[in-house]
Amino acid sequence: MSLLQGKKVIIIGDRDGVPGPAIEECVKTAGADVIFSATECFV
Amino acid sequence: MNSVLKGAAYVLAHTPDMVLHNGTTQTTEMVVNPESEYLKKLPEHIRSFEDAVAYLPNQTYIGNMTPDELAQHPQPWVNEKMEGADRHGKLGEIMPQDEFLMLMQVCDVFELLFLEESFVAATKPKFEAHELMDESILSKVKPGVPMAEVEKFVKEEHAEPLYHMGKLVGYVKRAHDVDTNLSAHVILENLVSKASCVLALLNLVKVTGIDKSEVEYVIDCAEEACGDMNQRGGGNFAKAAAEIAGFSSASGCDIRAFCAAPTHSLIEAASLVKAGTYKNVVVAAGGCTAKLGMNGKDHVKKDLPALEDMIGGFALLISENDGINPELDTDIVGRHTVGTGSSPQAVITSLVAAPLEKNGLKITDIDKYAPEMQNPDITKPAGAGDVPLANYKMIAALAVKNGEIARGDIQKFVDEHGVVGWAPTQGHIPSGVPYCGFARQDILDGKINSAMIIGKGSLFLGRMTNLFDGVSIVIHKNQGKQPEAAGVSEEQVKGLIAKAMREFAATLAGE
Repeated sequence: MSLLQGKKVIIIGDRDGVPGPAIEECVKTAGADVIFSATECFV
Repeated sequence: MNSVLKGAAYVLAHTPDMVLHNGTTQTTEMVVNPESEYLKKLPEHIRSFEDAVAYLPNQTYIGNMTPDELAQHPQPWVNEKMEGADRHGKLGEIMPQDEFLMLMQVCDVFELLFLEESFVAATKPKFEAHELMDESILSKVKPGVPMAEVEKFVKEEHAEPLYHMGKLVGYVKRAHDVDTNLSAHVILENLVSKASCVLALLNLVKVTGIDKSEVEYVIDCAEEACGDMNQRGGGNFAKAAAEIAGFSSASGCDIRAFCAAPTHSLIEAASLVKAGTYKNVVVAAGGCTAKLGMNGKDHVKKDLPALEDMIGGFALLISENDGINPELDTDIVGRHTVGTGSSPQAVITSLVAAPLEKNGLKITDIDKYAPEMQNPDITKPAGAGDVPLANYKMIAALAVKNGEIARGDIQKFVDEHGVVGWAPTQGHIPSGVPYCGFARQDILDGKINSAMIIGKGSLFLGRMTNLFDGVSIVIHKNQGKQPEAAGVSEEQVKGLIAKAMREFAATLAGE
């Protein structure tokens, strides 16, 4: 079973790294429940 | 024929008091935690103007050092000061706060910004001595007002205070009693943006030698919005700045696309000139007060100076093909589309690999890439890493995936096709365009043949879409003036039709 299966996940993506929606797509395939996803910009 | 990049100018204004009073990290802290240690300590981390001028990345921004020369110095660059550094550079200048406040007052055409009389008396001679401030600009300097008036407006009329060296030296009035879009805060932000754009335009005239009357169109690509409650982002910063800079023959408009806007504007300007709509288009932007001290908490925590104390600006001149200057090739344009997706691989494919592939080119065929050129001195202590380096690694990884380079050659690719970052974290300012001036010179000098300018934007910050954005364009060596393909004149068309009719008639007669 996946490490994230059934877990609630909060995602903070980085606009110059891996953005929120991309992480969201990945963790969903691992069975996670995304309860918050955002992308931050530090520049 | 493609248009050419005829010149570029870059300006900075050192605004330490605006870091303390206008940067959103600080203004937010004043609301949520007014007694914080950060707010107490920050003033001790403010740099002097001399230190800001001697800072190597700032010297690079105004063209007194090349990025390659900067890369020879060990990071962090904050540990080093350039001996005998000059506020004036080959591509622009660094303006001190007092002169910049006076330029903001000059840019105010609605009697909203006033400076205190002793400050005006002390600053006006310096401002008058500035080589780019002509009679038209100097005639707009207003007499100073008494300190009592400044204090009254700040205390009783919701005016934004203006400080210099910790002292109250002026105010910005609200332009409407209830309209938040014309509040003193917004007017101040917009006057900063306008004034730094004007400074960039004036420096562009100096750097390129263009006659102001020859500029037909100005595109402003900053991130501020001006308008009132009925049209919040109505604009037009471009025309407002062109007016003060004396570009009397120019019209203009604003293009907004977060940090991607400068590259969007570059593509639009190149297309307008290539289409023959205008002969000379200027793409320009001023900076933003909101981002001053944005990562200040980390800088203070790590006992560094508050490095985000510079308002940035730039201006690029795009002109008809002269057979000499580097061409902006509108055939090689990358676009992050609605359907592209947000993964780093998808983003870099759309901006870099796709447009090159379409033109039969490989990633390794482009000599230099200019994505986000943020100064790592600022971003690394804040945990945001080295942004240009991260971008180069992603481009290199795509080249590996495409089989163009070996996995072990990623660092070699980064060294050969990348440059270190030197631009202040002023949002749109670092986005690809800081390299335009150096790219133009290196192409003219035969050091490189091509460069790709990449702009990326965080559209999701506006809460209207979760989409990312980005565009790119390639600049390359001028391929010489190509004669236009022979067109067909109206007379020739008439002649051809007449000939066909005669032949048809002869056929009928023959039958």
